[in-house]
Amino acid sequence: MSAGQTPRGPLRIRSLFDLPREELFISGHGLCAGCTAGTIMRMLVKVAGRDTIIVNATGCVEVSTTRYPYSNWLVPWFHSAFENAGATASGVARAIEVLQRKGALPKDRKIRVIAVGGDGGTVDIGLQSLSGMLERRDPVMYVLYDNEAYMNTGIQRSGATPYHAWTTTTPAGKVWRGEWRTKKDIAMIVAAHKIPYVATANPAYPQDMVNKFARGLEVLDEGPSFIHVIMACTTGWRFDPALGITISRLATETGVFPLYEIDHGKFRVTFPIAKRKPVIEYLKLQGRFAHLTPAEIEEIQRLVDERVAEINRLAGKEVIGPVAK
Amino acid sequence: MEAQQTVVKRPIPLSTNYAVAYAVKDLDVDVVAAYPITPQTTVVEKISEFVANGELDAEFIHVESEHSAMSATIAAALTGARAFTATASQGLALMHEMLYIAAGLRAPVVMSVAMRALSAPISIWNDQSDLFGSRDSGWVIYFVHTAQEAYDTVIQAYRLAEDPDVLLPVMVAYDGYVMSHTTEPVVTESRPEVLKFAPKRPYPYRLNPDKPVTIGAIVPPEYLYEIKYQNVKAMEGALAKAEEVDREFGKQFGRSYGIMECYMCEGAESLIVTNASYAATLKSILPEAWRQGLRVGLLRLRLYRPFPVKHFVEHASDAKGVLVVDRSISYGAPYQGPLANEIAGLKVREGLGFNLTSVVAGIGQRTMEDEDFMALVRLAWESRTRRFPETIFYGVRE
Repeated sequence: MSAGQTPRGPLRIRSLFDLPREELFISGHGLCAGCTAGTIMRMLVKVAGRDTIIVNATGCVEVSTTRYPYSNWLVPWFHSAFENAGATASGVARAIEVLQRKGALPKDRKIRVIAVGGDGGTVDIGLQSLSGMLERRDPVMYVLYDNEAYMNTGIQRSGATPYHAWTTTTPAGKVWRGEWRTKKDIAMIVAAHKIPYVATANPAYPQDMVNKFARGLEVLDEGPSFIHVIMACTTGWRFDPALGITISRLATETGVFPLYEIDHGKFRVTFPIAKRKPVIEYLKLQGRFAHLTPAEIEEIQRLVDERVAEINRLAGKEVIGPVAK
Repeated sequence: MEAQQTVVKRPIPLSTNYAVAYAVKDLDVDVVAAYPITPQTTVVEKISEFVANGELDAEFIHVESEHSAMSATIAAALTGARAFTATASQGLALMHEMLYIAAGLRAPVVMSVAMRALSAPISIWNDQSDLFGSRDSGWVIYFVHTAQEAYDTVIQAYRLAEDPDVLLPVMVAYDGYVMSHTTEPVVTESRPEVLKFAPKRPYPYRLNPDKPVTIGAIVPPEYLYEIKYQNVKAMEGALAKAEEVDREFGKQFGRSYGIMECYMCEGAESLIVTNASYAATLKSILPEAWRQGLRVGLLRLRLYRPFPVKHFVEHASDAKGVLVVDRSISYGAPYQGPLANEIAGLKVREGLGFNLTSVVAGIGQRTMEDEDFMALVRLAWESRTRRFPETIFYGVRE
């Protein structure tokens, strides 16, 4: 197959064997051993195919995959700054629209623009630019890989850092007990823009994640899509590099990170759980929660319970069950 | 040429802002990403009208800030589109980060700047603090002094920016209000003629799935210096190109400006160095000055970056006095006008013998009447024989 020919529309898979063998995000990057961002990016471009342009906000993925004069991307890739992935992706996508309209690019060719940003570049410094892109309904799929702190600069808290997590700017000391505010609910902030498709995803559930990427690409004719992917960070969350996917799975199994989608306003939990695992199962594997007292763990459990209740309210029924005794 | 000269081109009344918008239309710009800011706003209002009426087929990206405006403009250019934005003042300051990125990525974007004071305190009126704050960002910078020159220079700017030997972003700057909102007669050209002069030359390394490139990689110390040095060379090379572009423009349209203008310099003993509306006003003042025996010429900066050193030296080598008018302040610098500092450097570098006088004026659009300009002329004349070591803050109430 010659370069540029897309063999398929956005791919739907029933198992990982349905994923193409072709690698468009290749090995040799500088991400930490055990980093789950590489897994997410690799799957993402497998789904998207060659006719894709990636716009990357400054962050771990950016610095680790494009160390000049090398690059791990076999699709066009563009980074310019930290806070502007939304606006930059808009610029690329709208340029393609006008160039196709004026005949400078082939009209029938579907070139998809995907913005990739970390939590800092998305929920904090890039929120304004993201909101602009969403509100304009520019045809961009935005993928947030959320490792819940500024990992690239050395584990400083962000608006996505969860309650009581240790970071280098919210250390656990005599006065502070790690982060004392709860995580910003970015997916719901995005959903408030009434875009065609919003979803949460988790690399421990690759089939679910891949199909959400595919759906996000499918709706681009109508407007933007947003996929919020949890990204366990061995360095910042302080866990054994072998445990990335285990911890990611626990995030969903405990109800800390429920998997859902909002497709044209219709809310659906894509991974129902009959009995949740207690949150301590998730917390105890991570050094960032090592300072917690039993009372503080109880407090976190209560917050997760509230969050699950909210998700169930949105679903209109109990799709995520109680904590298993 | 003969045939062209017989065509009578009828000027239409346009403000400098509108003249810029007309140039954008006639250049068939593909993408405009812009955010409103006084006194630039009527540029993008007019462009919006053109797009709304189908006179210009472009994507107008209604961004939520100037930072996003510049980000989207750069991205569009690197995708192969002809891209434009306009701004002023706080908007230019908010873009600051992206200005360096535009130059570093060699994005051939063009931006008009209706120059305005910077906060605080907030002032919507003209001076040049915004432009001079962006001076070192690696952009080619033009100052224009009439609406016609603005129209012509935006066209020249694209031809220069998109030249594969240049590939630099270009700013076209003029004074807010004094020029942006003043209506003058402007001759516009037909789109085919404009595109004949400035055919679209899409970015050669654009984002294209058929030829995947990685743009904006992280560069270690082993390479960054050389990449930045390429910008030095590109900027140096842009000077001769800009001169050539202006000459070619003159051949096709019958209007050219040179990259530095010396007005009434023949036999002048002193020069006033300034730009934009001050240059335009001085042109009307100087004949009277000469009648009074004040043989003072005007050295008008048109191309400011790269700085036409040779042209300056040619004009200034016989001058006894040079008065530099700055409309921004470089607080605490040896001369507190940024332009004066540059001219002081040139004076030493080239061994020029003139007395240099540094004047700051017009901050926050403090009105300069004809007699104020005449006072500057007298000061320039006096500079032949007298040294003024300190920057003179003309017209300030102490």
